[in-house]
Amino acid sequence: MKQKSILDFTKFKCIVIGVSAGGMESLTRLFAHIPKDFPLPILVVQHMHKLQNDYFITHHNCTCILPVKEAEEKEKIRSGTIYFAPPDYHLLVEEDETLALSVDEKVNYSRPSIDVLFESAADVYKEKLIGIILTGANNDGAEGIRIIKQKGGFTIAQNPKDAEFPVMPQSAIDLVEMDRILSLKEMTTEFIRWDQEDEI
Amino acid sequence: MKADIEKIEIDLFLEAIFKCYGYDFQLYARASIKRRIKHLMKKNGYNRISDMTSDILHDPSVFEKVVYDFSITVTEMFRDPSFYQSLRNKIIPYLKTYPFIKIWHAGCATGEEVYSLAILLKEEGIYNKATIFATDFNEHALDVARQGIYSLKDTQKYSTNYQKAGGKASFSDYYYARYNSAIMRKSLSKNVTFANHNLVTDGVFGEMHLILCRNVLIYFNKDLQNKVLTLFNESLIHGGFLALGSKETLSFSSIENDFKPIDKKNKIFRKIKKG
Ligand SMILES: C[S@@+](CC[C@H](N)C(=O)[O-])C[C@H]1O[C@@H](n2cnc3c(N)ncnc32)[C@H](O)[C@@H]1O
Repeated sequence: MKQKSILDFTKFKCIVIGVSAGGMESLTRLFAHIPKDFPLPILVVQHMHKLQNDYFITHHNCTCILPVKEAEEKEKIRSGTIYFAPPDYHLLVEEDETLALSVDEKVNYSRPSIDVLFESAADVYKEKLIGIILTGANNDGAEGIRIIKQKGGFTIAQNPKDAEFPVMPQSAIDLVEMDRILSLKEMTTEFIRWDQEDEI
Repeated sequence: MKADIEKIEIDLFLEAIFKCYGYDFQLYARASIKRRIKHLMKKNGYNRISDMTSDILHDPSVFEKVVYDFSITVTEMFRDPSFYQSLRNKIIPYLKTYPFIKIWHAGCATGEEVYSLAILLKEEGIYNKATIFATDFNEHALDVARQGIYSLKDTQKYSTNYQKAGGKASFSDYYYARYNSAIMRKSLSKNVTFANHNLVTDGVFGEMHLILCRNVLIYFNKDLQNKVLTLFNESLIHGGFLALGSKETLSFSSIENDFKPIDKKNKIFRKIKKG
């Protein structure tokens, strides 16, 4: 059964994604379907080991049509670009829509932490932010999703049944009334159809 | 417009701290500062930033807590091992050519990096001709640094970092264990002067051969970064070296043209010789 695409991406300014265990494969699948003219920037916090990052970036650059890069401090956020938090640094968004990094204490045993990105992005983009929480084995991101919602943003969780590790999306769902709970496949359909109106 | 009120409250909070106590956080990167202010509010049971501002103005002990909460002293020994390897292989050979060397370690936090550097200098045989100034504006952190006593449970990680950084001996040669503590050998801090120095308000350190300032500039906005980088530029001899954190850069800064990169990945730059 097809779901009607009610997400009009042009009403938003940014997407933030949080993902942990099982992230590599989910992101690969999600990004593989994003069209070249996708109108928003995507900021990603993925929990990972300190040494893996270069490989991640290279990998996603190969499988995704949009440019994928490691976030740099003071960098201007550009639409149609995917930014990853560097390993061992928190990623934040500044008021002037530039990126910031910090080595503050770990949050939820994590650096980068999804909550840190989500909260700072929610402060800046408010109702123009989409927050997506994917597979993972901890509860980082749930509080961040709560704040995105509180500031009027749009929240999406991966359907825990669909997630390789259900704990993370489930924690968000338990804490916040999500706008959408979708399988990865349904999410990719949203991305593909972003510019197609009157879709059934 | 609730969000604007919050912004005004933050501006007033930072201005109050500056006017009352002389600590200037107004040019720090806002997103991080905001996070810490909210954290402080929660921790101390405030509902409004302005309530906290009022208490800070009238009670120095409240301010004390803020300063230490605002200064993020997260650090480790041989953080980014490849940086230390690069220092050893690419910079130390130059330093060896000087009869004496002066090093400024700015934003040294609790000192782990300073001891790492001291170990490196010892192993390369130039410790005895080195004078190291290790500074921070956080007096608590400096106290820890002066003592050189760290948690024993971290030594395993540090030992791994040390090996990866090209360590020539065993990390355990440099401390002795007592209960749950690792006490750094006093010979490592013999030539180190730990001192309070605020990068925003205090002046230059003259004639340095090497300045290390890692993971401090990311907390500053562009203007403050340029100001502090100028301070470093003025404190270095021609041909001196500047080492930044792995995500920090001189690109697009006001001193970019006075330096050339020695190791782009490990963020080591050299002040160009003039004349
Ligand atoms: C994250 S730590 C970095 C420690 C170490 N350099 C490292 O990279 O592991 C940042 C340090 O900068 C210090 N700092 C922040 N603002 C400062 C200022 N205005 N003047 C001097 N030190 C400052 C803090 O107190 C803290 O110890």
